[in-house]
Amino acid sequence: MATSTLHVEVVSAERSIWSGEAVNIIARTVDGDIGILPGHSPVVALLQPSAVEIYTPEGNREIVAVDDGFISVAQGRVSILSSFARLGGEIDLAEAEREYLEAKDRLDHETDDVATREQMARARAQVRAAEKFTGKSSAALAV
Amino acid sequence: MELIAASRIRKAQQVAEAADPYTRELTRALAAVASRGDMDHPLLTELEHPRRSAVLLVTSDRGLAGGYSTNVLRAGESVRHYLTVKHHREMDTYITGKKGAAFYEFRDREVTQAWEGFSEAPGYKHAEEISRVLLDAFLTPTEEGGVDEIFLVFTRFVSRVKQVPQIIRLLPLEVVSEEEAAERAESGARMTELHHAPADQENRVETPFDFEPDPEAVLDHLLPLYIGNRVYYALMQAAASELASRQAAMKSATDNASDIIRDLTREANQARQASITQEITEIVGGAAALSESA
Repeated sequence: MATSTLHVEVVSAERSIWSGEAVNIIARTVDGDIGILPGHSPVVALLQPSAVEIYTPEGNREIVAVDDGFISVAQGRVSILSSFARLGGEIDLAEAEREYLEAKDRLDHETDDVATREQMARARAQVRAAEKFTGKSSAALAV
Repeated sequence: MELIAASRIRKAQQVAEAADPYTRELTRALAAVASRGDMDHPLLTELEHPRRSAVLLVTSDRGLAGGYSTNVLRAGESVRHYLTVKHHREMDTYITGKKGAAFYEFRDREVTQAWEGFSEAPGYKHAEEISRVLLDAFLTPTEEGGVDEIFLVFTRFVSRVKQVPQIIRLLPLEVVSEEEAAERAESGARMTELHHAPADQENRVETPFDFEPDPEAVLDHLLPLYIGNRVYYALMQAAASELASRQAAMKSATDNASDIIRDLTREANQARQASITQEITEIVGGAAALSESA
């Protein structure tokens, strides 16, 4: 069991987003940030909309934007499941920013419902992920 | 159109397969929570005397698909009869697809909510929206217009030549035993193995999981995701079935048209041949008459 890497699967409702080996995973759960190293005890934790970081043995960093969903760890296998998960590199920053500002605007002025709030959280997570991926910071979140 | 439908079926199948990992991971996590035993949740609680039911009919947006939508609507009618006439329950109707909406509109029946525009290529966002509406209806108390149970009527894609209308209960969730799950898996449905740990996982069920923040919250969160997944599954099955029905319908249309073309060509040739023969006969007759009189 004490292998030196973790096998990670990241899946969205429509397809598998990323899978491979990793040495460290950092995710934000509803209880706070959680870091997962090989040999972690079995856990199922609910995720917050955020950017999950996955470090591969080659030293690369993968960024995945997640909305709701969970991360589960058991015997060297990690699954990250999120309905609208997206890889950092696949996110169009401009589009995510626009979506975020639109949702925020709607919350501020018109509707305040669960769907819009979720949409905003999702868009914010995508902006964060894109920021982390490119290393640039976005102006949208500062507004 | 037959060929277009044929290539789209392949795509629909690929899309459906791409969603398998999600279903697998979700089912595993649910199995992990379920293995703790105390599955007590509003979404799992069955009422003894349900008073209001809701039905979601999954039909197509376009026609030219043979009996596809008709079969679903017929299954819907039998559910309707069963619920309203036999059990005297009130019934709310939800519909996806223009065909189903038109059917209800023509009969002046009330439709609680209808969606259209994605019957051939549904995305998860559609499924999520629908499941959100259905969950809201389910969690609303009956006195305030909520429903006690929800059924899905859709078409299951068995093969390119066989699609079966199917009625499943979406809510309250049925806890399916392992035998049932195996039986269903055998009958061709790949994703019905709810609450049943996949075989490769037998030793994993023993693993004591930690749940963050706690098992109840995790279950609370996973079940709606599972509902969304079920709806997405139904939409995808329906999409593949619609395309397969369309392909079959267009194939028989093409075949019929070729038959007619063949018959008509033959008739036209015969008529042409007959008129030529007649003309020759007339000419020969006329020439003979002239030579006799000369």
